[in-house]
Amino acid sequence: MEKIGVTWNRLTSSKLYWPLAALFFVLLFNFFFTKDFFAIEIKDGHFYGVTIDILNRATPLMLLAIGMTLVIATKGIDISVGSMIAISGAVSASLIGGKLEYVDGVKTLVTLVPMPVAIFAALLVTTLLGMWNGLLISRVGIQPIVATLILLVAGRGIAQLITQGQIITVYYKPFQFIGTGYILGLPFSLFIVGLVFGITLYAVRKTALGMFIESIGINPIASKFTGINVSKYIFSVYAFSGLCAGLAGLIICSNVSSADGNNAGLFIELDAILAVSLGGNSLDGGRFSLLGSLIGALVIQSITTTIYALGVPPEITLVVKSVVVIIICLLQSANFRKVVFSKWAQKRGIPDAKNAAKL
Amino acid sequence: MDEANSLLKAKGICKAFPGVKALINVDFELRPGEIHCLMGENGAGKSTLIKVFTGVEILDAGEVFLGGNPIAPRSPHHAQQLGISTVYQEVNLCSNLSVAENIFIGREPLRFGRIDWKEMKYKSQELLAKMDLDIDVNQPLERYSVAIQQMVAIARALDISAKVLILDEPTSSLDAKEVEKLFGLMRKLRAEGLGIIFITHFIEQVYAVSDRITILRNGELVGSYETAQLPRVQLIAKMIGKAFDEFESSDKSVKGDALQESRNAFLRVRGLGHKGSIHPFDLYVNKGEILGLVGLLGSGRTEVARTIFGIDKADSGEIQVDGRTVKINNPADAIRYGLAYCSENRKTEGIIENLSVRENIIVALQAKLGWMKYITKKKQEEISKKYIELLNIKTAGPEQIIKNLSGGNQQKVILARWLLTEPKLLILDEPTRGIDVGAKVEIQKLILSLAETGMAVVFISSELDESVRCSSRMAVLRDRVKIAEISGEEMEEKNIMQTIAGV
Repeated sequence: MEKIGVTWNRLTSSKLYWPLAALFFVLLFNFFFTKDFFAIEIKDGHFYGVTIDILNRATPLMLLAIGMTLVIATKGIDISVGSMIAISGAVSASLIGGKLEYVDGVKTLVTLVPMPVAIFAALLVTTLLGMWNGLLISRVGIQPIVATLILLVAGRGIAQLITQGQIITVYYKPFQFIGTGYILGLPFSLFIVGLVFGITLYAVRKTALGMFIESIGINPIASKFTGINVSKYIFSVYAFSGLCAGLAGLIICSNVSSADGNNAGLFIELDAILAVSLGGNSLDGGRFSLLGSLIGALVIQSITTTIYALGVPPEITLVVKSVVVIIICLLQSANFRKVVFSKWAQKRGIPDAKNAAKL
Repeated sequence: MDEANSLLKAKGICKAFPGVKALINVDFELRPGEIHCLMGENGAGKSTLIKVFTGVEILDAGEVFLGGNPIAPRSPHHAQQLGISTVYQEVNLCSNLSVAENIFIGREPLRFGRIDWKEMKYKSQELLAKMDLDIDVNQPLERYSVAIQQMVAIARALDISAKVLILDEPTSSLDAKEVEKLFGLMRKLRAEGLGIIFITHFIEQVYAVSDRITILRNGELVGSYETAQLPRVQLIAKMIGKAFDEFESSDKSVKGDALQESRNAFLRVRGLGHKGSIHPFDLYVNKGEILGLVGLLGSGRTEVARTIFGIDKADSGEIQVDGRTVKINNPADAIRYGLAYCSENRKTEGIIENLSVRENIIVALQAKLGWMKYITKKKQEEISKKYIELLNIKTAGPEQIIKNLSGGNQQKVILARWLLTEPKLLILDEPTRGIDVGAKVEIQKLILSLAETGMAVVFISSELDESVRCSSRMAVLRDRVKIAEISGEEMEEKNIMQTIAGV
């Protein structure tokens, strides 16, 4: 019994406790109110089901959240990721294009440039744009929200310029594999997330990168005095955020087989920031948890899917979503819990001190 | 004790933090019309006790009475409403708002639902006049010296509530004249029947102004005494809990060794300057030597250190390290050449407050190695444990968050951070400021023993006796110019003061 108590205490004091609890409650709700929510079938050797769908659809957001976590850990913010998604899609789609041609009487799809080159170009462009953000912030000293606002606005224009104002459709089949393909019965995009997450986690926890980033987020001046090359790391996290946005853009573009400069990734930067925050990371920078951000992204996607599954009229889905998010945010706020639950705890005779220590 | 005669009374206060018992069964009593000094080493529990009174921390056990009635302050705001106001060491005001706004912020006088600026100005002038302070209340607060800002903070505190005033190290950034002015005000308030709790590390000031002293040590009450009946020696002995002769023994220094500019000076600086902060200066530091930088506040001591360390990039002159001319553009360069710098602003430029003690110790070495050469967590733990023991750092463990440590222990962590990089030149800017006598002596001893191992040390301190005791040679600064060097027999307080003053 005591052992359970110890384990429970360790669990509740863990940073991931509240993000996991939020996810748990959203899923629990679905367990009761959404039909066949947890049902998973195998069709054509692929897993199908609402949960798989949530995972699949959450992948762009998860990628953004990984990049955003590091940016926010340095006490920065990157609101240009949505626009970078549009640019990434526009670059890859316009390079691949895909025409139907008859070669020797056989229908074949021809790309303008080889697909790997197009993908590389898209990722290169967004990484360069991320570096641009990093340069403005770390060298020129512009505030992160202002610096990335520039690209938020200009980025959509750049995407439009690339697509010449059109929605470009990609007919080239192999490209669609990125967003819709399956490996071992699971969506391919999940493997991209897994790879990026794994590499990033290794980089921040098995090298000194994580500590430097946290240190910079907490106290940039002291960090500089300690010999940390502060501007180098700030520059790098924005470049990395750009790369993540590029990957997310490829998935989104591939998923719908088209690049829409206007609407691809619209407002997704806000979801990404929210995912990081729901993951228990402070927007004040410092300590961060990548896993928390992934869970945050899943919570957001679960809510979205739930709302659709419940048949909430489309015009009020955003309202419902925001209400749920507010509730989760309030529950995660230590201050809020203290105010609301301490009275309740007192009634039940739990000493205030123990409660306060736990909260 | 007569209940009616006590203003603020605390009985059996207990407060624990994870891993630390900050207060154990502490009693305290403040009478109306007295200035009561709260003394103790860092980590003794002074701050925690104050936080209990001001509602920042909620006590685990015990009772607090104000004027005989039990109170339980929930927040600083609540404490203020009850009549307990606090003025902190760092002025917690908005420096770009006007003096009047600062006094009335959050409780502006209203007229027809809008701020009555005229009334606000009039009231604040009246308030400041009572304190013999004649300043323009429409000017932004930052125009005035820290001392004036401090008094504005007191004026604000008094106007909100006037029963108990807590002054938490208000004098640490004031010069002698300003301190006297503050003391004048404190005496005046005492005469009006206010109870003042005064926290300071300056023993002189305790005897200059206080009526009674309460001493804490390791979270426990040592006792309360009438100031007049407690000799200084005993006060210090009670605070550090050691016999006094032990404290005196750090007086030995390497002074008197005829230290000429040897050919193998570790650091040699020629014509180094930074426009707007320090005029070009020449300087050298030998291995195993402690060079003291002395001068008044703002004379350029810190600026010398910052320019050498590459924080302010020098715009003239050259630096030689170990005989080689080097270019130092930023702290990382300086660290590579074996320099280390402990900033005077521990809070803003030293500690990384939300990281653990372990990470705070390891960070400089890790930065020196680069992010790829990761020091494994196991190794980090070993190292930090070793230094915690070596420097006698009081912490629940290496994983304790550094901001939960007391000032002196934070300072030791920073020292550990730099010692770990095995510097050949250690620059210490006010390493003992704001920390108690015991830790002070420990740090001074450490510095002396480091120099004995061959480390070159640059030592900056506002306390002249400390500089004299530790340094083997001194550079004197005035108005951002290096004006003299003193060594050997001339290194004597009176002579140094005359040099500083330019007599």
